[in-house]
Amino acid sequence: MVGGPGALGLGLATLWLSVIVLVPLAALLARSTDGGLDAFWSAVTSRQAVAALKLTLGCSLAVAAINAVTGTLVAWVLVRDRFRGKGFINALIDLPFALPTIVVGIVLLALWGPTSPLGVNVIATKTAVMLALLFVTLPFVVRSVQPVVIELDREMEEAAASLGAGDLTIFRRIVLPNLVPAILSGAAMSFARAVGEFGSVVLIAGNIPFKTQLASVYIFGQIESDNPIGAAAVSVVLLGLSLAVLLAIGALGRWGARHEG
Amino acid sequence: MRDDRRVRLGLRILALGYLAVLLVVPVGLVFYRTFEHGLAPVWSSVTTPAAVHAFWLTIEIALIAVPLNTIFGIVTALALVRGRFRGKGAIDAVINLPFALSPVVIGLALLLVYGRGGWVHLPFQVIFSVPGMVLATIFVSLPFVVREVVPVLREVGDEQEQAAATLGASRWQTFWRITLPAIRWGVAFGVVLTTARAVGEFGAVSVVSGRIAGQTDTLTLLVEKRFQNFDLAGAYAASALLALISLATLLAMTVLKPRKDRG
Repeated sequence: MVGGPGALGLGLATLWLSVIVLVPLAALLARSTDGGLDAFWSAVTSRQAVAALKLTLGCSLAVAAINAVTGTLVAWVLVRDRFRGKGFINALIDLPFALPTIVVGIVLLALWGPTSPLGVNVIATKTAVMLALLFVTLPFVVRSVQPVVIELDREMEEAAASLGAGDLTIFRRIVLPNLVPAILSGAAMSFARAVGEFGSVVLIAGNIPFKTQLASVYIFGQIESDNPIGAAAVSVVLLGLSLAVLLAIGALGRWGARHEG
Repeated sequence: MRDDRRVRLGLRILALGYLAVLLVVPVGLVFYRTFEHGLAPVWSSVTTPAAVHAFWLTIEIALIAVPLNTIFGIVTALALVRGRFRGKGAIDAVINLPFALSPVVIGLALLLVYGRGGWVHLPFQVIFSVPGMVLATIFVSLPFVVREVVPVLREVGDEQEQAAATLGASRWQTFWRITLPAIRWGVAFGVVLTTARAVGEFGAVSVVSGRIAGQTDTLTLLVEKRFQNFDLAGAYAASALLALISLATLLAMTVLKPRKDRG
């Protein structure tokens, strides 16, 4: 193991990971059932929790689907098109990652809130939730599809064109199959991010129970009203979702690697 | 695809239009609103005692969290790429968890360990105090350095390290003379991402901070507090300060990316 961290390094890394990540998550799991399994179940299936989880799932799926289309479009234009300021736009794509989520909330409120110069006010609607989620997840599909578009073999597209295939046919039959693994993994990451999003939605979503309250906002409310055990129960559901998505992304990565080879 | 100008132009307008409506116009509008009455009110708003305290607390937390995550990130990346041991897959999966978890869930998990009735009782206060906020920040920004360094380590391979070892270099010498110089741009990129996340974290810190004015307010918490108190101009000013840090991050990313990719 030349150049490796040695047994001491490995031990330290494991200890660090345990103290910072694993112990708190173990506490979350263990204490979610502090009141017994019945209490856990009734916390997860309370009407407000179920509504929040349903809204979170629905919005996150919609966000993943929209990103799959718009992200692929943006990645395509950034690679294949040539225009002034392309480098600037390309750098701008990472802005949602760099901008603090609470600032995203302020930014969206400026354009879509009560003081909007456009006169549209979407605050406390599902549109507001979607805008916030689309903003923070914008880079995922773009950044996963972009390198694949760069590597695409253009001779195959030219060959198809010379055989008389139209643009749409070429895209559907030649280009898209190569992009699918990257699009799916980007969309899955958008989904995972959207499921847990908090900072960007907390100001603009209005957080009306049964209408615009996302799961993370619901959990926050439960903590504030001194019900950490109930909050932990719903958190465990989110944790399970996160793990499932991570496993799916891992499987997609291996599938994509086979696809290339 | 054939170089059809109309198709190309159409796609360009769609893509740029989407980016403009979602991203550019709202961000531009906040900058305009912040500075429409000049620099003086913005300056006085970000130099109030509460704002100055929030600024330094944000820096302090980042100065603790970022170096720790950098050292840990390099060691873990080395273990994942160069080491051979059981449970590598498990570590790999756990490393990514902070990315996929809701920050509120992360804050709650810390609350359940260190809070009232929690598992661990330390001689000093953790929850509703700075140590808890540091722990939350370390948690959320943990994966960045590992994620950036792992691919670079794979790319450079271990031939040079083998050679150094053959020539009698110790493990420590090999790391400083061979490994670290080879991965430095990857590390730098990871540090930039870690810093941006540490400075901008809101949800997890919000749960464990207790929002004590002048004590446990970071810049992001100050933004929310000012907004809730109907101090919109103040919220904009603090947001602009954070946005400037984000722009510096973007700039650093743009400069570092080609160096990192070249290796």
